[in-house]
Amino acid sequence: MSSFHHTVGGETYRFNSLAEVMAKASPARSGDFLAGVAASNAGERVAAKMALADIPLSHFLNEALIPYEADEVTRLIIDTHDAHAFAPVSHLTVGGFRDWLLSEHADEAALRALAPGLTPEMVAAVSKIMRVQDLILVAQKINVVTRFRNTVGLRGRMSTRLQPNHPTDEPAGIAASILDGLLYGNGDAMIGINPATDSISSICEMLKMLDGIIQRYEIPTQACVLTHVTTSIEAINRGVPLDLVFQSIAGTEAANASFGVSLKVLQEGYDAGLSLKRGTLGNNLMYFETGQGSALSAGAHHGIDQQTCETRAYAVARHFKPFLVNTVVGFIGPEYLYNGKQIIRAGLEDHFCGKLLGLPMGCDICYTNHAEADQDDMDVLLTLLGVAGINFIMGIPGSDDVMLNYQTTSFHDALYARQSLGLKPAPEFEDWLQRMGILSQADGRPRLGKNLPPAFRQALAQLS
Amino acid sequence: MADDTPAQGATANPWQQLRNLTPARIALGRAGTSMPTGAQLDFQFAHAQARDAVHLPFDHAALAAGLAHQHRQSLLLHSAAQDRDTYLQRPDLGRRLSQASAELLDQHRENNPDGYDLAIVVADGLSALAVHRNALPMLERIQEHASAEGWSLSPVALVTQGRVAVADEVAERLGARMVVILIGERPGLSSPDSLGLYFTYAPKVGLTDAYRNCISNVRLEGLSYAMASHRLLYLMREACRRQLSGVNLKDEAEMPVLAGDASPRNFLLS
Repeated sequence: MSSFHHTVGGETYRFNSLAEVMAKASPARSGDFLAGVAASNAGERVAAKMALADIPLSHFLNEALIPYEADEVTRLIIDTHDAHAFAPVSHLTVGGFRDWLLSEHADEAALRALAPGLTPEMVAAVSKIMRVQDLILVAQKINVVTRFRNTVGLRGRMSTRLQPNHPTDEPAGIAASILDGLLYGNGDAMIGINPATDSISSICEMLKMLDGIIQRYEIPTQACVLTHVTTSIEAINRGVPLDLVFQSIAGTEAANASFGVSLKVLQEGYDAGLSLKRGTLGNNLMYFETGQGSALSAGAHHGIDQQTCETRAYAVARHFKPFLVNTVVGFIGPEYLYNGKQIIRAGLEDHFCGKLLGLPMGCDICYTNHAEADQDDMDVLLTLLGVAGINFIMGIPGSDDVMLNYQTTSFHDALYARQSLGLKPAPEFEDWLQRMGILSQADGRPRLGKNLPPAFRQALAQLS
Repeated sequence: MADDTPAQGATANPWQQLRNLTPARIALGRAGTSMPTGAQLDFQFAHAQARDAVHLPFDHAALAAGLAHQHRQSLLLHSAAQDRDTYLQRPDLGRRLSQASAELLDQHRENNPDGYDLAIVVADGLSALAVHRNALPMLERIQEHASAEGWSLSPVALVTQGRVAVADEVAERLGARMVVILIGERPGLSSPDSLGLYFTYAPKVGLTDAYRNCISNVRLEGLSYAMASHRLLYLMREACRRQLSGVNLKDEAEMPVLAGDASPRNFLLS
């Protein structure tokens, strides 16, 4: 194990391992203090950044933060590393890499070609010495486009996951939120339910319902019920129509084990999804959720800071060519991300790191009621991620998730971002919205239609 | 979906009838494409209530007085988290007692060496409001049930800045065979006063959630005191019989799921 030191301001700071430099170079956040890995003061934090900036990128290929023998995520990272793709930056230090990323040499084609040559640790390292504007500027250069029943991630577009959760999975209540969202132009990334119960029969009923709605109204989108990957496999075995295969993942083998998954189980889920051949435009069908703090929360962080653990989860994700990856940034609570400032920074780091590794990144821009955050903080993060070119955000009624008891972005919030930043939905969904008379965005400004679409008017008439 | 009229900025949504189908904030209307003023301020008030519930200090003196009225003793304890800020960032400290509180319990044990069948703990958790509103009536029912079973009860331990697992330490120091903790749950936007009950058989420091059973959402608009105490008694009896608690007990205590026939039809597909 290497040790590192840096002399600045007449003091020499010593760091006993790569993991220690990276943890202490991390912008301050509660989860790293909880883990006992954070810098002890502001001076040490910047000295660690300086030491980190001097480390060659190639060093990350020689020193694994978690031993190769002990962790299958490390093995995946090392075994799939593409040395040829890495060549253009192999001579650089972490600091030099930041400069290169900001330079004109790092255009979209160069960054796309580089992605398989980067490891999560390299990407996490460079993010730690970047400011918010750097994280935005570089992420903005990268488009990651994925396809299933529509096309998500094109430049100038931002999609939404319509999240119609209900406290008791009542089908009519879920349908009410779905219709509300569709009429506000949301739902192109997917219609995705977090079920309140995990019973297989009720999961199957929800999947059938979503498939029925998508078919009946010919909506160019995809469905997901966010249940354990093994439950999705079981649903597929029962012949239930299933579009996207969901799973929460983390950046260490032990943390994934606490979620009840491994690379093998994920592969089985991916294969089961592919076997259905339900994608009409493409075969990206995995939907992963992640979030800083999950490894520590499972006691499986190996003394590594939470942002680096998070970035390692992206190595797991990219192995399965996902349709969407969602960092659920403020859900975990203030013991990991204490306030709006920490949540905002974390969301931008995750988006940047995921994009640089070639992932279709979205963000659940959210907070809980015991965090020091409010709607203003979410507006800031939404705006910044919109500028950074995020693939998708959540859309829920009035920002209030009545099942999961947290606050995320609303249907209205998505329209705010579309209006203020000129962002459009996925092209196939945009056409459907226009055809239905729900929303048009000809001059960039979203305009909601005057009348209810006839098909939905009919559906509503049954209730009166 | 009528266009904005110049006189009135906000536009109502013509699907108001859907609001009967879900507690979600649907059909809010719009100002341009943004949230109308009324809906925006309603949301802010709900958030303010949840925030205030998180930061409301635990009035353990009032609770102790209420318990004295029921002829019940209480012990005033504090976790190792000194203040709210520390509590929110250091869950590990909220799970342990302060040294002074630990000593107080050890002293109590010396005077009561036989221990108890059931230790009862109340902690503020993430909502002292939930405790202020629901703890006394809930405790009264638990005590009735426990006395009917012939179980010996500890004084009620009132823990400030406590998390769920602090109950294990309280119970271990008191020498209790079982413990139940009543604790304020993380406030939701429409539920700032939800009380949670966690039950452990053979409690000791270091147990994980896998060893606990949880009864959630106890409040006026949620699970009733009667239903919660009924479920708790069921769990406690089963735990005594099988000498365990947690995931292995949970499945069998599950209430039967309601039949779907009473549900309203799914209007999008019928």
